[in-house]
Amino acid sequence: MIKEKTDQLVNEFSLFDEWMDKYTYLIELGKTVPPIDEDKKKEENLIKGCQSRVWLDATLAEGKIHFTADSDAIITKGIAALLIRVFNHETPEAILEADLSFLDTLGLKEHLSPTRSNGLLSMVKQIKFYAMAFQAKS
Amino acid sequence: MHSLRSQFPILKTSVHNKPLVYLDNAATNQKPLRVINAISNYYIQQNSNIHRGVHALSQQATESYEHVREQVKTFINAKHSHEIIFTRGTTEAINLVAYSFCKKYVSSGDEILISALEHHSNIVPWQMACEERGATLKVLPMNLNGELMTEALPQLLSNKVKLVAIAHISNALGTVNPIKKMIDAAHHLGIPVLIDGAQAVAHTKVDVQALDCDFYCFSGHKMYGPMGIGVLYGKEQWLETMPPYQGGGEMIDEVTFKKTTYNVLPFKFEAGTPNVGDVIGLGEALRFISDTGISTIAETEEALIRYCEEQLLAEGGITLVGTPEKKSGVVSFLIDNVHPYDAGTIIDRFGVAVRTGHHCAQPVMDFFGIPGTIRASFAVYNTKAEIDVLIKAVQQVKTMFC
Repeated sequence: MIKEKTDQLVNEFSLFDEWMDKYTYLIELGKTVPPIDEDKKKEENLIKGCQSRVWLDATLAEGKIHFTADSDAIITKGIAALLIRVFNHETPEAILEADLSFLDTLGLKEHLSPTRSNGLLSMVKQIKFYAMAFQAKS
Repeated sequence: MHSLRSQFPILKTSVHNKPLVYLDNAATNQKPLRVINAISNYYIQQNSNIHRGVHALSQQATESYEHVREQVKTFINAKHSHEIIFTRGTTEAINLVAYSFCKKYVSSGDEILISALEHHSNIVPWQMACEERGATLKVLPMNLNGELMTEALPQLLSNKVKLVAIAHISNALGTVNPIKKMIDAAHHLGIPVLIDGAQAVAHTKVDVQALDCDFYCFSGHKMYGPMGIGVLYGKEQWLETMPPYQGGGEMIDEVTFKKTTYNVLPFKFEAGTPNVGDVIGLGEALRFISDTGISTIAETEEALIRYCEEQLLAEGGITLVGTPEKKSGVVSFLIDNVHPYDAGTIIDRFGVAVRTGHHCAQPVMDFFGIPGTIRASFAVYNTKAEIDVLIKAVQQVKTMFC
């Protein structure tokens, strides 16, 4: 359930008093991102709107979407990992219906520069886009 | 120093509960209160459209506006005040020349020469003009220190080249280019030269007659003045023969539906109601620079650059990007293999404003094979204590990412 995962994230983030801890957490989270195949690091998987390069790929298996990603910036990679933790192995429908208010609750937007915050929204948009495409196909 | 800083209200701002350390002056520098007051006083006391009314306010505003043109003329030592054209900024000044000069003087098979360390604003307008005119854009290369390889000039300069467009000082690396030498080399073949002076006017004395450049462009907001106002200096001989850039009010002499004749210089190139308020702000900024002294500004900033580089190198793991012999305004660097955006995110939390990324000079970053740099850039109000805060932030970046 996406809701359970986002609740857990909100819970984890509430333990951090310092902004530095949030970044350290994101850096650690970045290491857990399901790695994207090198040959998938191509132009069409590059997310526009991020000032660092982020690649996101998705495949559908047994009705669920599996995401892989990478970025040349570590904090950006952490954000990708965070989103993948929420949306990975979910159905296109669940992803499309997901409540995104957790992003505000996490305070991620305010702790990221506008450019990267835009990047965050671009990543969410791309995840939803994949969900929409897979839904249309099935 | 204290009294100089106190003239800049924004420097008292807090960012993330820390005192602002503003080291992004190459993007735009901060404005002294006198500039802010000059603009608001204009709107409180003088606002009216210029060159049009016989009423008292219009005449006062016209006088104030034209007075700044005289000030700019003196500031860069132009021969005539009608060689000073007000634009929105450096970018518009370059676009004006790229459109208007090229329309008259560039045709199919011709070439325009720029350099490898230009800002996008001194690349893209020429690419557009070349495409329009069927001309080719040539690029003077640089070396690994970030210095232009002027020894390649003789091969690149030919009678096909109709214009050379070069930055006075590189915004990404701080390189001070040997523009006098390049202007002389181009003039030897009768080729005019445009200088992008956006990063120079607030840091070094500019004398367009001594340089003998044909065009010189700069922005008000990078020299303690307001945004949205800039200057194109052009030699009379060129501006006289170039066609207008935009049509509208002010730039006309007589209009009928059959034919319009154009106004004289400088009005031919100032279509529409000009940005009077910001021109007046620019005038005050010029007075601020004169009162402070351009040599005091240069010496203060040179000392800051030296100190910043020494402190950074003492940290270890720092790569300076651009190590030219002559540098002004900026220190561009990388922290080990840390992505500039990761570094910038952490540095921001210390209240320090630096620019991270490609600095609108992607070809420069491609040349060095890097995604961008961290750039600290200085103004006369910066202090060594502020650089110390930057160094603390850099140490934190190293702790978190290295």
